[in-house]
Amino acid sequence: MIRFEGVTKMYGGNVGLLDATIKIEKGDFVFLVGPSGAGKSTLIKLILKEIEPDEGAIYVNGREITHLSNREIPPLRRSIGMVFQDFRLLPNKTVYENVAFAMEVVHSTKRAIRRQIPQVLSIMGISDKADKFPAELSAGEQQRVAIARALINNPMMLIADEPTGNLDPDTAWEIMKLINQINRRGTTVLMVTHAKDIVDRMGKRVVAIDKGRIVRDAWGGEYGYDD
Amino acid sequence: MIRGLKYALTQAFVQVFRNKGMSLASIFSITAMLLILGLFFFVTVNINIATESAKQQFNTIEVYLLEETSRDDADIITQSLLSMDEIAGVTYVSKEEAMEHFKDRWGDKAYLLEGLAENPLPNSLRVELTSLEDGQLIYEACRNLIGVEDVRYYQEEVKKILTITDFIQQGALIIILFLIIVSVVVVSNTVKLTVMARQREIMIMKYVGATNWFIRGPLLAEGMMIGCISAGIYLGLIWMIYSRMVELFSNQALLLFSTSFVEVGFMMRNLIWIFIALGMSIGAFGSILSMRRFLNA
Repeated sequence: MIRFEGVTKMYGGNVGLLDATIKIEKGDFVFLVGPSGAGKSTLIKLILKEIEPDEGAIYVNGREITHLSNREIPPLRRSIGMVFQDFRLLPNKTVYENVAFAMEVVHSTKRAIRRQIPQVLSIMGISDKADKFPAELSAGEQQRVAIARALINNPMMLIADEPTGNLDPDTAWEIMKLINQINRRGTTVLMVTHAKDIVDRMGKRVVAIDKGRIVRDAWGGEYGYDD
Repeated sequence: MIRGLKYALTQAFVQVFRNKGMSLASIFSITAMLLILGLFFFVTVNINIATESAKQQFNTIEVYLLEETSRDDADIITQSLLSMDEIAGVTYVSKEEAMEHFKDRWGDKAYLLEGLAENPLPNSLRVELTSLEDGQLIYEACRNLIGVEDVRYYQEEVKKILTITDFIQQGALIIILFLIIVSVVVVSNTVKLTVMARQREIMIMKYVGATNWFIRGPLLAEGMMIGCISAGIYLGLIWMIYSRMVELFSNQALLLFSTSFVEVGFMMRNLIWIFIALGMSIGAFGSILSMRRFLNA
């Protein structure tokens, strides 16, 4: 699904990622942990091809992506659903339109859009918010919209960058249950987090990064350090 | 293609209304720019026409013929004058016609002329110049013709008029250039503001996997729509302002330049498409400028 082979990324003299090798299989649920500035964001930006590695090879869905042309980047990103700490919803579009946008991007028909969006909104438990704008929603509801948007095109993989960072513990746990459900249905999940209690409670594979190096990769792992 | 166009247009339409603040700011600045340019354009057109018509009044030379010069001789002179490039036309004015004009000009005092035993006015040729600048040359040439008694030409007046009109036209050009620079600064500042507002939106769209054209289309349509709305508002305003100006100053202008304002309807018909095109280009240009920085990331 995703494979890093000896990937190094430097920012000037600073280490982003150092000789990282990691393999994520289809259907995996992986927590990516580590202190701020350790290289978690660098790893995700490399997968999305926001930045280029200095050395090494990166495979997504079996395809080497370090040499993709600019035209091939949008299709790559469509194959990966993204969820962020700050939700990143389009402020001038309603909930329905935000999710629809992801389908319009892949040129879905109007009919397909009308059929699928109510379904996904109902799975996320926000059917009644379809005509609201993001600013009118609670943080938890906004994150559900973001997840709905990430999943609407059935991506192989969901990458979540601290998805619970802006949520209170109860809401965070609700969102985690949703993401776990999604994973059970076969979607690979890679989640960056600082939430010790969530990592410990879920008991999934944990990859720890520190100073650009992958220092631990364990199944059923724990958060493992104190912030 | 058609679907893409329809998508861009509907999106643009919805977004213009949803981004009320930003749309209003953009519309305001583009309208203001068009208004500054347009008002001055109107003034310049009128000044130009006034100066040109002022020149017109001085671009004839009256050539008075001797009493013994016959109509045939006059025709020969006419032919030789017409062969010169600097001369646009020559009209023969008989002494009878000259008297008619004279009477017309005297109006209700024309009866005073009835007392004249015989017509004292000479036959004459009215020579029209192609360009006012050649006046002196033609004046000299006419004076040397055989059968000519005298030549009347307002040398000093022409010189003055030429200096004044040149000054006015050059001044207008400088002010227009200055106004264009001011307008560009105003619009580019508004664009900078929209860029800030758009930055995040464009980034999000790219995360979702939108291609550059998918993002560009609606934003471009939005910019053009804003430009079009601005042009519409501008045309409404300029129509009101100009009609009022014509209403208020028409008589003064007639006295001052002995020409009236260019007619409102004529001005509008000629300007509508120019200014709608101008407004839309400004809007499109602004959109492209604001997108370029964030799309290539």
